[in-house]
Amino acid sequence: MDQRIDPAPPLDPALLRGLTQRRYDRRDLMRMFGVGAGLGAAGLALAACGVKGAKQAPATQDDVAKYWAGKKQNGHLDFATWALYMPTDHAPLTAFTKETGITVNYQEVIQDDPSWYGKIQPQLAANKPIGYDLMVVTNGVELSKLIEFGYLAPLDHSKLPNFAQNADPIYKNEPFDKGNVYTIPYTSGYTGIAYNPTYVKEPITKIAQLWDPKYAGKIGMMKDPQELGNFGMLVLGINPETSTQPDWTRAAAKLREQKPLVRAYVQQDYTKSLANGDLWICMGWSGDIFQENASNGSTLQFVVPEEGGSIWTDNMTIPKTAANPVDALMMMDYFYRPPVAAELTEFINYVTPVPATKDIIAKDAAAATGDNKKTLEALLSSPLVYPTDADLSKLRHYASLKTADAQKAYQDTFLPISTG
Amino acid sequence: MGSLRARLTPYALVLPGGLWLAIFFVVPTLILLQFSLMTGNEADGYTFTFAWQNYTQALTTYWPQFVRSLEYGGIATLLCIALSYPIAYWIAFKGGTRKSTYLFLILLPFFVSFVLRTISWQFFLSDNGMLLGPLKDWGLLPADFHILQTSVAVVGGLTYNYLPFMVLPIYVALERVDPGVVEASYDLYCSRTQSFLKVVLPLSLPGVFAGVLMNFVPASSDYVNAEVLGGPDNTMIGNIIQDQALTVRDYPTATALSATLMLALLLGIFAYARALGTETVLEAAAR
Amino acid sequence: MTTTTLSPAPTPAQPGRAPRARGRLGDRLLFGYTWLVIIWLCLPIGVMILFGFNQVQGRYNNRWHGFTLQWYAHVFDLDGLTNALKASLLIAVLSTVISTALGTLLGVALGRYRFRGAGTSNLVQFAAISTPEIVMGMSLVAFFVALNVPLGYLTITIAHVMFSLSFVAVTVRSRVLTLDRSVEEAAKDLGAGALDTFRLVTLPMILPGVTAGALLAFAISIDDFVVTNFTAGNVETFPLWIWSAQKNGLPPQVNVMGTFIFVGGILLALGNAVAARRRPA
Repeated sequence: MDQRIDPAPPLDPALLRGLTQRRYDRRDLMRMFGVGAGLGAAGLALAACGVKGAKQAPATQDDVAKYWAGKKQNGHLDFATWALYMPTDHAPLTAFTKETGITVNYQEVIQDDPSWYGKIQPQLAANKPIGYDLMVVTNGVELSKLIEFGYLAPLDHSKLPNFAQNADPIYKNEPFDKGNVYTIPYTSGYTGIAYNPTYVKEPITKIAQLWDPKYAGKIGMMKDPQELGNFGMLVLGINPETSTQPDWTRAAAKLREQKPLVRAYVQQDYTKSLANGDLWICMGWSGDIFQENASNGSTLQFVVPEEGGSIWTDNMTIPKTAANPVDALMMMDYFYRPPVAAELTEFINYVTPVPATKDIIAKDAAAATGDNKKTLEALLSSPLVYPTDADLSKLRHYASLKTADAQKAYQDTFLPISTG
Repeated sequence: MGSLRARLTPYALVLPGGLWLAIFFVVPTLILLQFSLMTGNEADGYTFTFAWQNYTQALTTYWPQFVRSLEYGGIATLLCIALSYPIAYWIAFKGGTRKSTYLFLILLPFFVSFVLRTISWQFFLSDNGMLLGPLKDWGLLPADFHILQTSVAVVGGLTYNYLPFMVLPIYVALERVDPGVVEASYDLYCSRTQSFLKVVLPLSLPGVFAGVLMNFVPASSDYVNAEVLGGPDNTMIGNIIQDQALTVRDYPTATALSATLMLALLLGIFAYARALGTETVLEAAAR
Repeated sequence: MTTTTLSPAPTPAQPGRAPRARGRLGDRLLFGYTWLVIIWLCLPIGVMILFGFNQVQGRYNNRWHGFTLQWYAHVFDLDGLTNALKASLLIAVLSTVISTALGTLLGVALGRYRFRGAGTSNLVQFAAISTPEIVMGMSLVAFFVALNVPLGYLTITIAHVMFSLSFVAVTVRSRVLTLDRSVEEAAKDLGAGALDTFRLVTLPMILPGVTAGALLAFAISIDDFVVTNFTAGNVETFPLWIWSAQKNGLPPQVNVMGTFIFVGGILLALGNAVAARRRPA
């Protein structure tokens, strides 16, 4: 069939990708092979060089001295952290600037650890600044990598007197950073079960209830392998802190049983879904529910299950290529003054590493009136902010993944569950 | 002297663009292939070991997602053809002076970011949102009915996002059909349907081919729709690659999966091009 | 290329009556159907624009609370978002300029000349257009990791130029293919050198194709998500910012900015169409 070919079509052919390209014939096939072979040779030449590993030796006292030698206060600080970790009016930061003259550029740019790590790793590997001097990273695989590859500055504890004096002793010997060589906590929190009492008519007390078929299609679980794996192990009575591969496999099997009932494997946005009824019951973080109720008037509930919950710490760290490390250090110490820590806790509603805040908040509660008084008193008596020893005994850290092989094996066990 | 310069002109013109493509497209693709045969991890570095097991391991673990991606991409492409053909036909033959306006309207969605469009759909289709909320209130749907986190939502999203890429090529192909040919078929006592099936449709096939190319490849490798609109059972191979590359940071697995995807799609396109026999027509058109 | 010549067809008696009535119903159905699809296509955009006027309470722009223009006054309040928009615009302009220049040259070469390596260039371009974005992103990351290049503005721009380049080349090439070479030959006959011919004769004739290609490159760059996600390092562009923010609830400023870009794009396209009509063919 012959066809008359019009000159340029009236409408811009701009959006026709490849319409007028030739299709393939034998000559093209040979050409492809030729090109492929030629460049393949070049490729193999590249293959001779591998890609270097990133592992570094741990820092010694000399390294600390070497790092901080000659570093001065510069008067500015770039602070990267998570959403809702600072009162909306930034009062503590303003006070800090007033007292020290250091201006703070506060950015809530971190949504989750893996994507944050992915963003900063290339710069750090090439020894270039990432644009931030202070960042808050959760303990876990990414923090372990940051420490292992030498991407963090070892802290100068002579400049952290408030931390030494006011921090709760349990935070000075955390398994992921004994002796606080690279990190000091910003806040701590728990993973438990959050639910919407409008739809869930019975009290929720056990992780096993997340497997209850009556909530089928309305259950949410966290996608993060460390969170998901922990709950899988806790429901079977396994202690994640001492778990090994056979335990992980058993937990994964249990989680796969639950899969047909799960509506979604969530990351950050579960409070929205709980509030509007897309989810009825979900794994959640303690402070989130407090804040959701306070700021949006929802009536969500949070509970640490009987089998146990996960405890994690968000830590302040200084990347090794920071432009203003001394200023960062001063900010870190500032947050350990009890009045400042109290101010943060009243807004964040997560566990504070400074026990002395309790007295200060008690005084604030006594002086407050009305709704404010009720909120503060709830805060004081909440095990989510001031856990008792009994509460703490139920909480477990994430599984300890020291080597790259262990990390990969763990992720390969739990990540496929959330990805169909 | 003049003829030498004339002979060198095309090479000079091609050089800057060609070099850019060579360095930033061809070489990275080779490095992708190279990485897919490496072993190692971030801590210890990567070495080239002809690790074919990267492919076998990745594919045995993730072949369901692979198949699912081709499935979703295929269904979305077929839906696009079914939905766009009538529109393209109508605009090409009956659009008259308003052809450009209609095409412009079809392209309107592209002035909004693709991510924003998909998120708007998520918002619109939420369980008690603008669409389902009223329907549930009026008792037309059961209370636990949901569109999000189903394959319908994902395929719907894919169809929506790539529809204009199907309308345009079919329109262009139909627009080039000489009305005289159609009239000739009527003169030879074809009915309208026969005329369409025997004359118009075959002439529009190059457009359909181009549209399939522009739809199937991006739709199968998409991950935004699956992540925003889909649930745990709707994961596509694009999500897996993204997870492996950015979260788990297992480059050998991620590159092995990418290479397999690229190969599968290229083979598919090649086979389709041959089967449809459209080369000669287009060869003529391209000259 | 052959044209079909038709001898004047003998007009049949009156076969058109019955089919024409059926045809009109068919036409009306198609017309209605087309408009239905157009409405469906524009639905999420309408939702987006609408909720830029929502009187949002709390963190989530979920339910309609009332009409307000306040977000239009406060559209640049969020530093992160504004910087992301600026970054997107900057990268889009840079990559458009570079890719239009390179792509035009490539398109002219491929459309005009026959030379060794034309086939290979065609092949590479075709591959660049039809490679899935995720594979492209993955290979660029592998490339930059192997060479230890830090990810950021540079790598994003490089990536954007790379995939826009082929689109511009295809667009310019299809325009070049339809050019009447006799005009250029006439110019040469009148003594113009090669460069002058290109500048004064060829370029104005292919300008619609070049502009179309440039607009296309700009649109692709501003909207790109997948490849940018892989190569951005810690730079946030507009789509990336939206992607990370959607987990915590999108602020209404995003809707407002989306509306601005939408209206801006329409104005640009309309402007181009009007200019095209005014331009001598």
